[in-house]
Amino acid sequence: MASWISFLFFAGLAVGCALISLFHRSVVHSAFALLGTLMGVAGLYLMLGADYLAVTQVLIYAGGILVLILFGLMLTPGDPTELRLARVLGGIALIGGGGALFLFKMSGASRWHAAPPDQLAPPDPTVTRIGLELLRQDRFLLPFELASVILLAALVGSVFIARRRVQRDGGAA
Amino acid sequence: MSTTPVYLLAALLFGLGVIGFLRQRNAVMILMAVELMLNSANLTFLGAARARGDVDGSMMPLFLIVVAAAEAAVGLALILALFRSRRTLDIEVPRSLRD
Repeated sequence: MASWISFLFFAGLAVGCALISLFHRSVVHSAFALLGTLMGVAGLYLMLGADYLAVTQVLIYAGGILVLILFGLMLTPGDPTELRLARVLGGIALIGGGGALFLFKMSGASRWHAAPPDQLAPPDPTVTRIGLELLRQDRFLLPFELASVILLAALVGSVFIARRRVQRDGGAA
Repeated sequence: MSTTPVYLLAALLFGLGVIGFLRQRNAVMILMAVELMLNSANLTFLGAARARGDVDGSMMPLFLIVVAAAEAAVGLALILALFRSRRTLDIEVPRSLRD
């Protein structure tokens, strides 16, 4: 019962803030509403037993990506044009209808390996297991190291793209 | 807690992200909608990890977060470059990759 109340709280926080974020006219309000969505999703991570992911979500999404987005908003004025909702919904219905039909047929045809809810293992701290998985050679060591290369490449690339063009005589263009 | 509501919620968040992605013309708002969709994918992974009772489903969101951070950094750099050259954030305006 208590888990249902907290699930509804976090789900309502996530969906409500997502709605505000999508339909509010001010882009800065949208960015802060996205913060509420990310916090709600972090709470749901916690309820699903993923304590490490919840902390990572708050640190990286709320602390890093959202601040980056806010910087992007502050450095550029917003122009509040958007496409009409009816046109967008028509396209979604056309494409999503076919996809939903396909998924419905597929889900009936495949066997799902899922335990019933009353047999789920109780949540235990996952930090140790994630750390060991990340450093095991036959598991996630290679993706873990490649992730650092990707981050470095993204860092250098974004600095290169966003830099001011400096001309040969020293003045900024 | 059962995982079916989590899947439903993730699908709802993904749908909201798709609507935002297709509806907005402001490039920064499109980036925010993409972040919303990535979050719902993470939620699905963690729901599956809970249902299976192993740690594999917790590894994928980690790498997804890394990719999301890289995407946000490069995307905002592109938006800044776009704004410098066109003085607008409207994604309907640029028609070429030149200059």
